[in-house]
Amino acid sequence: MPVFWLVLIVGAMALIGYGLGRARALKSAGGDSRVLHSLPSFYGANVALSALVPALGLVLVWLIAQPLVINASISGDIPQSAIPESSTLSLVMSDVRRVADGLDLAVSQGVLSADAAKTLSADGTIRDTLGAVGVALGSDVTPEILSAAQTYRTMNAAGSWMLTALVLALAFGGFVFAMSRTKAEFRARNVVESGIRVLLVAAASIAILTTLGIVLSLIFNTIEFFKLYPASEFFTSLTWAPSFGGGSELGILPLLWGTLYISIIALLVAVPIGLFAAIYLSEYASPAVRGVAKPLIEILAGIPTIVYGLFALLTVGPLLLQVFGDEGLGWMQAGTAVMTAGLVMGVMLIPFVSSLSDDIINAVPQAMRDGSYGLGATKSETIRQVILPAALPGIVGAILLAASRAIGETMIVVLGAGAAARLSMNPFDAMTTVTAKIVSQLTGDADFASPEALVAFALGMTLFVITLGLNIFALYIVRKYREQYE
Amino acid sequence: MYDAPNREMKVDQKTTKISARGVQVYYGDTHAIKDVDVDIEDRTVTAFIGPSGCGKSTFLRCLNRMNDTIDVCRVKGEIKLDGEDIYDKRVDPVQLRAKVGMVFQKPNPFPKSIYDNVAYGPRIHGLARDKADLDEIVERALRRGAIWNEVKDRLDAPGTGLSGGQQQRLCIARAVATEPEVLLMDEPCSALDPIATAQVEELIDELRESYSVVIVTHSMQQAARVSQKTAFFHLGNLVEFGETGQIFTNPQDSRTESYITGRIG
Ligand SMILES: Nc1ncnc2c1ncn2[C@@H]1O[C@H](COP(=O)(O)OP(=O)(O)OP(=O)(O)O)[C@@H](O)[C@H]1O
Ligand SMILES: [Mg+2]
Repeated sequence: MPVFWLVLIVGAMALIGYGLGRARALKSAGGDSRVLHSLPSFYGANVALSALVPALGLVLVWLIAQPLVINASISGDIPQSAIPESSTLSLVMSDVRRVADGLDLAVSQGVLSADAAKTLSADGTIRDTLGAVGVALGSDVTPEILSAAQTYRTMNAAGSWMLTALVLALAFGGFVFAMSRTKAEFRARNVVESGIRVLLVAAASIAILTTLGIVLSLIFNTIEFFKLYPASEFFTSLTWAPSFGGGSELGILPLLWGTLYISIIALLVAVPIGLFAAIYLSEYASPAVRGVAKPLIEILAGIPTIVYGLFALLTVGPLLLQVFGDEGLGWMQAGTAVMTAGLVMGVMLIPFVSSLSDDIINAVPQAMRDGSYGLGATKSETIRQVILPAALPGIVGAILLAASRAIGETMIVVLGAGAAARLSMNPFDAMTTVTAKIVSQLTGDADFASPEALVAFALGMTLFVITLGLNIFALYIVRKYREQYE
Repeated sequence: MYDAPNREMKVDQKTTKISARGVQVYYGDTHAIKDVDVDIEDRTVTAFIGPSGCGKSTFLRCLNRMNDTIDVCRVKGEIKLDGEDIYDKRVDPVQLRAKVGMVFQKPNPFPKSIYDNVAYGPRIHGLARDKADLDEIVERALRRGAIWNEVKDRLDAPGTGLSGGQQQRLCIARAVATEPEVLLMDEPCSALDPIATAQVEELIDELRESYSVVIVTHSMQQAARVSQKTAFFHLGNLVEFGETGQIFTNPQDSRTESYITGRIG
């Protein structure tokens, strides 16, 4: 049974359980809800949760575990001889999965009957049959792959049946168990409380585990890359010259320099403008002005970065070229440059800085302002000497967050800064950043086992470490000032 | 110490420092102060008393235009400081507040060091010639605020780290440091123990020699001890205003009498 239906059935069971549990509790109290230990809805919720949570938990675990188990068991069965010279086990496995999925598809479209799919023999017709349902295979199917694919299909089908049976049994069991406990003196409220706690813990763990998974995959692939390419080269080489034929030079420094340079220009634009805008909005603007201006600024934050990228490429670049290009000052060769990307990225970050700072400034208690005005201070004195110091930790945090975004930004750089990895001080030169290069290393026909593709993970890891460092630094600053001020 | 209102002050010829006529205050649609006339004399302590929510703080805040910072608040009528209308367009509220200082109902030290808190006003108004001068001003203010002994060893510590009562005295010191001509104090002793209260009252008495002081208080005894004039507010009206001794011994209005004897409020 498809998982969707399974979940739906369990959900319906929970819904019915809610009504029945409630009714039963009321009945056991003779219709007088004051006799019950908890409100009737808690008894209903208890039944619903008992049916729902364990069953859905099982679905989740099963969906993650099943492919792992089946893959492991089948790849153990594939003989070494079935792996062609230039291929690997994982490539063969992906062929197996494709064949199996293709067969499933063929059966569901009626091209093959279920029995025929089981008894196919490995002749040349399979490739055509599967091609007809839209699954293109690179080569003919060998008997080993076919038999592995058949095993894969049977195991999958069995797993799916097992899942359905177990989940329904579990949901029903939970339902019956909770119903049997539904009596007037049963402490449903406490049980529901701990049930909700379990749900929340589960949600938090999923968030944490996914992050952990991403970080681990980054780390393993980075290690893989450093096996193929020396780390010392990666971190110290001043040239970035990947070539897919081999003999690439993959030094991160030019990319890091580009990232830093563009981010610094972006922050130089965004921080003063954003901060001043926030100060104006929170301290000077009348409610009417504020009501119009704040949403307007926040609209900037809703513009997709690709649009900013277009803006950089088509408007800002040519504009800068007119002034600083060959016809003007002669510093700029082309529209794509660090300056172009930096300016546009700065504009993108303005609402980010201003709306965060605005919130932070507004959080400074009115009593602080009153105290300062009461001593005869002017508005700007109050802002400079009382409000900004009090809001400083938060503002620094906002700026560091903006910096993280600038460092991670991709689209504006791809379109606005050019693609040349270069170490130069001239802000009107084209340069490129770490993120832009991650994109270009992974797009196209990359062989994911080559250093030229794996370098993307090392780049990503480096970016991750930098952003993490920035965030930790932001936290440190906030803590430090907090101690001093509160 | 808590004896009956007496301490007959020799009230000699005093000039009027602040005179308010027909003052009305609205918070949006709420009419918080209704047609109040008061004369605050120079070198005098004037006490505002009255039940909670009757508008004492609101009226106090009119006197240095702190109500300007509240969007919904409108003030009508005439308030004159030394004969000049403070709500006149030409008057700079910033200048006014330097002359009419304020201690707020809730202590609100800045998130700065104790020293910087007190030095804030003098620095803004350029009252100190040099660092030594500033040090002296700060020390004097802290002594007058009756907090010097507690903080003299930790002037660099944050003002927000003090206890509630210490913060209140720090705020008093901060207000005194700018040498205002009028000091408005909104329940300055609400968070203080009897000893600190006595010290603050001593300060008020001392300030009276050169300034005029307006104090809001919920303590009848305090009003009787420190003030020469008392104003009784009730539901936004100024019910009675006169010599402290007379208000406490021989009130004219029955509401005043009920309040000071503890029957309303
Ligand atoms: N910022 C404000 N916005 C709206 N209404 C206000 C505001 N401040 C005070 N009020 C209203 O004005 C009236 C007078 O308030 P005020 O603070 O002056 O009382 P108070 O006499 O100082 O009381 P307390 O002794 O409790 O401090 C109250 O009814 C209050 O609800
Ligand atoms: Mg008050």
